[in-house]
Amino acid sequence: MPTTIPIGLNVNGIRHELNVEPRWLLVDVIREQIGLTGTHIGCEHGVCGTCTVLVNGETARSCLMLAATADGAEITTVEGLATGETLHPLQAAFREAQGLQCGFCTPGMLMVAHELLRENPSPSEQEIRESISANLCRCTGYQGIVDAVRLAASSQAGAPAAR
Amino acid sequence: MKPPRFDYLAPRTLDEALAHLHHHGDQAKILAGGQSLIPMLNFRLAHPGVVVDVNRLTDLAYVRQQDGGVAVGALTRQHAVERSDLVRARVPIVAEACRFIGHAPIRHRGTFGGNLAHADPASELPAVMVALEAEMAVASRAGNRAVPAGEFFIGPLTTALRPGEMLTEIRIPAAPPRTGGAFVEMARRAGDFALVGVAALVTLDEAGQCARARIALCGVGPTPVRARAAEDALVGQAPTTAVLDEAADRAAAATSPPSDVHGSAEFRRKLARHFARQALAAAIQRSGGR
Repeated sequence: MPTTIPIGLNVNGIRHELNVEPRWLLVDVIREQIGLTGTHIGCEHGVCGTCTVLVNGETARSCLMLAATADGAEITTVEGLATGETLHPLQAAFREAQGLQCGFCTPGMLMVAHELLRENPSPSEQEIRESISANLCRCTGYQGIVDAVRLAASSQAGAPAAR
Repeated sequence: MKPPRFDYLAPRTLDEALAHLHHHGDQAKILAGGQSLIPMLNFRLAHPGVVVDVNRLTDLAYVRQQDGGVAVGALTRQHAVERSDLVRARVPIVAEACRFIGHAPIRHRGTFGGNLAHADPASELPAVMVALEAEMAVASRAGNRAVPAGEFFIGPLTTALRPGEMLTEIRIPAAPPRTGGAFVEMARRAGDFALVGVAALVTLDEAGQCARARIALCGVGPTPVRARAAEDALVGQAPTTAVLDEAADRAAAATSPPSDVHGSAEFRRKLARHFARQALAAAIQRSGGR
C-alpha cells in the first residue's frame, strides 16, 4: 500500500478530512474523494483550464496542484456558485446568452469569469477575452461566452444585491 | 496522465528543506508553484524519487527594498510580483514582463523563483533578469552563494543550481537615474509561449545620449540571449532612428532561434529585430528624457 498523508480541505465551506497519496492531483481528490464532479478534467497539463477552481480565493488549475500542497486551503468549485437551486447570476447569464454548448469547458469558464467580475465589475470586451483566453472552448467560438460575461456584468450592475 | 509515485516531503523551514535536498541530492525535485513541474509529472517526463514541496516556506514570499534595489523572495507568486507597488515603482519592466507569463490562474500559483529555476528558453523572466543584471541568491547545507543572472542560465531547463541547492532570493540592483525599461513579446495567442520576447533597458545621460544599454531576448536560443553588440551600438550615441535600427539589427543577429510549426528561424529573427526596435524605442521614451 502506498503511503497516504492526512490533509484537510475546506471545499465550498465544508471541511473534509482526507487521506491522500502524495501524487494525487487536487482535481482528482475533488472529483473522486469528495465527489464533486462539476470540476472537469481536460488536458491534465494546465492548458485547457476546465479544472479551474478558486484556491484561497484565487483561480488556479486544480490539475497543476497536488492535493497535498492544498492542505488547509479554502477551495471553491463550480458547485459553490449557485445557492441551492438558484443559479448564480453568472450561471444564469451563461444560460441566457448561450455561453455553453457541450458544457465541458463551462466550470472553468465560470470560475475565471467569476474572478474577473469580482476584480473588475465592468470589464471591456477585450478584458473579458483576455481573461477567458486562459481556457479553451471547442464549441461556442467564445462569442456566446463573451456575451454571457457581459450580460452578467450588466445584470450585476443593475442588481447590486447579487453576490 | 497522472504523476508517478514519489516520496513527498513538506518542510516548514528553509533549514529543513536544505537538509532534505542535501540528503536526497539529485533524486530530489523542488516543488514550488508547480506550474511547470506538475505538467512534467503528469506527462511522466519527470520521475523524481523525492518531491520537496516548499510551499510552506512562506518566509520566502516577499518583495522588499534592498540597497536601493529590490529583493524578491523565491516563493513570491508571479501575480504578487506583478501587483507589487515596489516592483512597479522601482523595476516596472518586471511587472510588465510578468503579465506575459501564462494566464492569471498560472500566475496565482507560479512563483518568481520557480520560473527562473525552471529556465525555460521561451520564458520571460530569465531574459529580464539577465538584462537587469540581477543576482540569484542560492542556499545549501554547504553555504550560500550568489550567481549573476548572466551565469545562471546554462541551457534549456538547466541552471547553475547544483544538487542540494535552492534558489532563495533574486536581487535586482537599482537602475541609474534616467533609465527606462520595456519588455515586449510576440506569442500566437495571449498566454502562449513567446516566439520572441525582448527586454531592453536604456540609460540616457544629461545630454540625451545613451550612457548605458542592456538588451536580452527570450525564445530565440537555448538560454536568454544578451545582445552585447546591440548594446555597444547604442552607448555614446544619440538615440536616432539610424542608431536604433543598427542596434535592432545587431540584436537579431545575436539570436539562434529554433524553427518549428509556430515559426521558422528566419521569421523569428525578423520578429526579434522588430521587437528589439520597439522595446528600445519604448525604453528610451520611458527614460524620463524624450
